[in-house]
Amino acid sequence: MIFSLETWQITIFSLVVGLASTIVILPFGVALAWLFARKEWHFKSVVETVVLLPLVMPPVSTGLILLKIFGRRSPLGGWLYERGVEIVFNWKGVLIAMSVMSFPLLVRSVRTSFAEVSPRLEQIAATLGASPLKIFFVVTLPLAYKGIVAGALLAFSRGLGEFGATILLAGNIPGRTQTLSLAIFNFVQTGKDAEAFTLLGITVFLAFTFVWFSEWLLRAGKKA
Amino acid sequence: MKIGRGTKAATSLLLASVLSFVPVVACADEILVSAAASLTDVLKDIAKHYHSKSKHRILLTLGPSNFLARQIDEGAPADMFFSADVAQMDLLEKNRRLEPGTRKNLLSNQLVIVVPADSKLAIASPKDLLKPDVKKIALADPAAVPAGVYTSKYLTGERLWKELKPKIVPVLDVRATVASVESANVEAGFVYKTDAAISNKVKVVYEVPLDKGPKIIYPIAIIRDSKKKDAARDFINFLLSPAGKAIFTKFGFVLLN
Repeated sequence: MIFSLETWQITIFSLVVGLASTIVILPFGVALAWLFARKEWHFKSVVETVVLLPLVMPPVSTGLILLKIFGRRSPLGGWLYERGVEIVFNWKGVLIAMSVMSFPLLVRSVRTSFAEVSPRLEQIAATLGASPLKIFFVVTLPLAYKGIVAGALLAFSRGLGEFGATILLAGNIPGRTQTLSLAIFNFVQTGKDAEAFTLLGITVFLAFTFVWFSEWLLRAGKKA
Repeated sequence: MKIGRGTKAATSLLLASVLSFVPVVACADEILVSAAASLTDVLKDIAKHYHSKSKHRILLTLGPSNFLARQIDEGAPADMFFSADVAQMDLLEKNRRLEPGTRKNLLSNQLVIVVPADSKLAIASPKDLLKPDVKKIALADPAAVPAGVYTSKYLTGERLWKELKPKIVPVLDVRATVASVESANVEAGFVYKTDAAISNKVKVVYEVPLDKGPKIIYPIAIIRDSKKKDAARDFINFLLSPAGKAIFTKFGFVLLN
């Protein structure tokens, strides 16, 4: 199918930033999920809830909080600005919005897959003299990797669909910060239904592919 | 392996989209205009014309005016604000975010009555909406959305609001009004002329005369923190030039002064 240059640009931009955001959150998500699944600590339930919040809060309000944090008039945003780092109206803003909004899905999925690894296997490895770090990389991670990949795919798909936080933090600049979701919004606003449906088709295709693959991995993980 | 044209195009696009993040050092400025979503089409056209005449380039960020004002208030690096609504501009002016003396009331719009393109009802004036055949009239929420507020003011002035009110269906915004008329779920709707122009499934049956309708204003201003004020001034001059005005008129906007 032949798409316009603009359509390719928007799709590739969304995929590249979505992928980057998933790569950025993956190590943090896996570490936190492991702490949730394997350790007991003070205020764990509070931290678990806070991490989940972006999943249930209106995305626009998450976007407003991010704008307050990274805006030039905030301490952090001002500090970054003096060092030449701009988040607002920039692709880095898209990356941050996608990361924050998809992080809960990653942590939840990975946590479940860690919980499904029998602690007995880890204990056996420990009695054979393996260090905790070695146990994690040789026993736990290989057994949970399908769930981790499935969680990463789900998080990636969520990031692609992100709208509310992105438009507030990164703006909606064609060719700079415009993702598939933002472009669809624009086409709907200006009455270009045909163009909106083209992008909608691409979004549905991508989302279906990634979510289906994610589910398939989870089913395969259960059978193994 | 044979590399298709599509693959090549995709690769060069990937490169282009990555390279476009690398800041380019040049004397020409990129002017970032925060603009109401309803101005998308006209500003894209104007940006193209402007770029062919000037070394500067226009970048647009588009959204609801209240979002844009919020972002600028938090220090978003916009050079100009083009609002669909005076209240948002007032907010920024009050917070001293605007470059003094640069605010201008640039555009206006006209309220029109639209009906589905295949409608057989004889509606030629607001009074005809009183006919029993007209059961529902779509309108952007008259309690909150500017287009709805403007319409209710106008109909009150015409002494029609009280009688028409039971027929009014408040919807999200002007775009939603057009959509509900397109689908023929309502017999008529009040929208802006520019929004009616982009749909071929509705037809305009009445234009509210400019002197009778409430004053609809789209103000523009340069942002105080902008580092490209000279370029921004140059762009405003282009908007006010005959070439700029002609494009606004082509899209159905009304120029003020």
